[in-house]
Amino acid sequence: MSLLEGRRTHLLTAAAVIVFAAFLAVADRTFDAFTLRVLNLCGIYVVLALSLNLVNGFTGLFSLGHAGFMAVGAYTCALLTLTPEQKELNFFLEPIVPWLAHVTVPFPVALLAGGAAAAVLGFLIAAPALRLRDDYLAIATLGFAEIIRVVLTNAQPVTNGALGLKGLPPFAGTGVVWVCAAAAVLFMVLLVRSAYGRALKAVRDDEIAAAAMGVDVFRAKVVSFTVSSFMAGVGGALLGHVITTIDPKMFTFMLTFNILLVVVLGGIGSITGSVIASFAVTILMEALRFLDGPLNLGFLQTEGRPGLRMVVFSVLLMAVVLFRQRGLMGSREFSWSMLARAGLLPRPGRGGAAGGPHGAA
Amino acid sequence: MALLETERVTMRFGGLTAVSDLAIRIEQDEIVGLIGPNGAGKTTAFNVITGMNRPSEGRVRFAGEDVTGLARHQISRRGVARTFQNIRLFRELTVLENVLVGCHAAIAPGVFSAPLHLPGYRRREGEARELAASLLGEVGLEGNAADLAVSLPYGKQRRLEIVRALATRPRLLLLDEPAAGMNPQESLELMHLIRRIREKFSLTILLIEHHMQVVMGVCQRIYVLEYGETIAQGDPAAIQNDPKVIEAYLGAQ
Amino acid sequence: MTLPLFLQHLTNALSLGSLYALIAIGYTMVYGILRLINFAHGDVFMLGAYLAFYSVATFLLPWWAALLLAILVTAAFGVVLERVAYRPLRDSPRISVMISAIGASFLIENVGIVLFGGRPKGVSVPAVLDVKLALGGVSVMSVSLVIPVLTFLVLAVLVWIVQRTRTGMAMRAVSTDLDAARLQAIDVNRVISFTFGAGSLLAALGGIMWSYKYPQLNPLMGTMPGLKCFIAAVIGGIGSISGAVLGGFLLGAIELLTVAFLPTLSGYRDAFAFVLLILVLLVKPSGLLGGTQVEKV
Repeated sequence: MSLLEGRRTHLLTAAAVIVFAAFLAVADRTFDAFTLRVLNLCGIYVVLALSLNLVNGFTGLFSLGHAGFMAVGAYTCALLTLTPEQKELNFFLEPIVPWLAHVTVPFPVALLAGGAAAAVLGFLIAAPALRLRDDYLAIATLGFAEIIRVVLTNAQPVTNGALGLKGLPPFAGTGVVWVCAAAAVLFMVLLVRSAYGRALKAVRDDEIAAAAMGVDVFRAKVVSFTVSSFMAGVGGALLGHVITTIDPKMFTFMLTFNILLVVVLGGIGSITGSVIASFAVTILMEALRFLDGPLNLGFLQTEGRPGLRMVVFSVLLMAVVLFRQRGLMGSREFSWSMLARAGLLPRPGRGGAAGGPHGAA
Repeated sequence: MALLETERVTMRFGGLTAVSDLAIRIEQDEIVGLIGPNGAGKTTAFNVITGMNRPSEGRVRFAGEDVTGLARHQISRRGVARTFQNIRLFRELTVLENVLVGCHAAIAPGVFSAPLHLPGYRRREGEARELAASLLGEVGLEGNAADLAVSLPYGKQRRLEIVRALATRPRLLLLDEPAAGMNPQESLELMHLIRRIREKFSLTILLIEHHMQVVMGVCQRIYVLEYGETIAQGDPAAIQNDPKVIEAYLGAQ
Repeated sequence: MTLPLFLQHLTNALSLGSLYALIAIGYTMVYGILRLINFAHGDVFMLGAYLAFYSVATFLLPWWAALLLAILVTAAFGVVLERVAYRPLRDSPRISVMISAIGASFLIENVGIVLFGGRPKGVSVPAVLDVKLALGGVSVMSVSLVIPVLTFLVLAVLVWIVQRTRTGMAMRAVSTDLDAARLQAIDVNRVISFTFGAGSLLAALGGIMWSYKYPQLNPLMGTMPGLKCFIAAVIGGIGSISGAVLGGFLLGAIELLTVAFLPTLSGYRDAFAFVLLILVLLVKPSGLLGGTQVEKV
């Protein structure tokens, strides 16, 4: 790739980022609350989808426990940001444990703490679970997520049990969410294109060969799992603070399913795919809400039936996995030369672009 | 001191004894062959040596050190590399990336130091890329560097696997049926390749093969296995005339 | 804890264990043959219960006819499910099949919500099963006694099929080595269809019995039991029918008896199964009755 093309790619990427940032700034000021929330949910799903893709798509571990890590992150962050007064209001059934009652920290600290708590849990789970074969790993991680949920539902003095926590301060504004999303994308791109990402992909493609080539397979899996849990924890915390209430029933397998849907749709092993699908699925989720309830478009009136929306998404997931397994992007990434090849951008001076910073090599 | 020594290695899987009382000794710079009918336990022997299976009995010594029971990657990092009977390339990686995985231990990337492109990592990655490129050139694959590994024709895939193993800078190279599926011309080229890389990289080689011309043409000593037991060992001439060996192969190819 | 009370708990544990066993058998058979965790199995369990319910409520069939109809239709559904969702992916990476299974599970659940409505429906238990019996100081519903008996009958039939019939032999062959079985001119597809059909039939039977014991239907009723029954199958030794039965009973017993003796832990009831699972996977992944598994390089 010539110097000219390299510069060009970086300029294009920088331009795109600036345009998007400007769009976000405008949206933050002009969009109504509901639409803005959907936009920010897209950002949160980017973080969540990337965290799942890291462990499923790039390391080849079929983990179904994401909702559990999100829950840990959400609860940790919430318990650290609620003021003592809010805690008293929430914990009316049984007072909160004393050592949590008066702890309130700034949001960024709480956010990181949420991620850290999830990461610690992920690390503890990883050590035993990752020795299992893929389908057993799936069930084991699912089991851990369920255990976490049951514990959260029962640990009344710490988590307020089934009542959940309400009135979370709305600290997860557009800025915070999208900075996290950008950080997640940046980290993933850098990781995947680095030697460490290469090792993870080798583990995914053929664990035995990877080990024979000197890769510490177990350690790579544990690291990947732990980092993924951190991201999931952050995502969960952001989610909680955008919706402003959390309770254990939010963090069921259904939530993991949603993220899995995004990753499968976008393409397991594609960062670009996860980003695009995050937008697509989040928007579609909202747009199809009408399926669950009555709709009156004048010419088209439906009664709507609860559950119809999820029927559509289930069919979508199965259709993708049955007919287009690779999802939208397969394991390819976006590159500016992709647009050039499609004729949407003028080709660079020298012939034969070799792919931009997100190229598939 | 022998480079590789197996001491009464026995490998049992449930009720099946795949290898029994294996006593192989390989000196530095030798090319040794391991032959025998299918199911004789040859690949199992490889698996035990490379740490894929812990032997039910016996010990494995490499360069004087007892490596029995070490993890696979630890044995690899001590200088033992291998190729596989059924090619195990990394499907979603390019040819160059496959080789670079072999350099993983040398690069020693961290989950944060690598993405952040810290200077130490950058230097080691650069060196690894140079090594990988030159290795590819060694076998005529430099033009395929950016191709997906699985898109290569069979013969080139075999060569790629060998070169990937070389990237780990081994002292001992275990080749598991490298000539499988090759026609006579390709087998001949493979023989030359084996001799050449052994010269150039100061390798010691242990070779499993069914292609007798390759085995006899390249190996200095040969061990013969049948049903997990060593029935003969010696130089090619002695093996070819050994009645036990001839009987073991009777009815086979 | 008095003896009658203990016996009461024991009988409950026995019938719950039998229900778990019935469902676990279906999981283990499918896994033994396809190495697939059929996430949709628990939802098939739900379908069977609903089908029986509607046969009685809407079509006014007598309960035994409804039961027969429901288990047969559900068996057919299981066969169709395999054809549509799993067979096309038989040569794909295992993750793809698992995703399809998860998708199928969610699909069935949500179609259930759409068709049957999310609100629980009350089942009218057949008179013969609704009898309160007094045995030696213990008061037991007749249904709680019928269930274990039924389970053992079913198990006996199944074991006979697997050990004594050609189909059973084919099943064992396929579960040992699918490709080798194909080479032996065994119609692998038919065996798999039969397995799914049989497993789904058992799940439906379990679901209907479940609805007689806990007479409240809701479209998500199969999720938790489904998961737990897979865990039961793993605990007992996945791939082994007797293992599934053992695991089912063990799980049912542990669940109920722990809650009986330690009522403060009742909120954690659902977690027991998962804790047990993780313990088993760590200590002996092949389960109580399973052999050791080796991966070929």
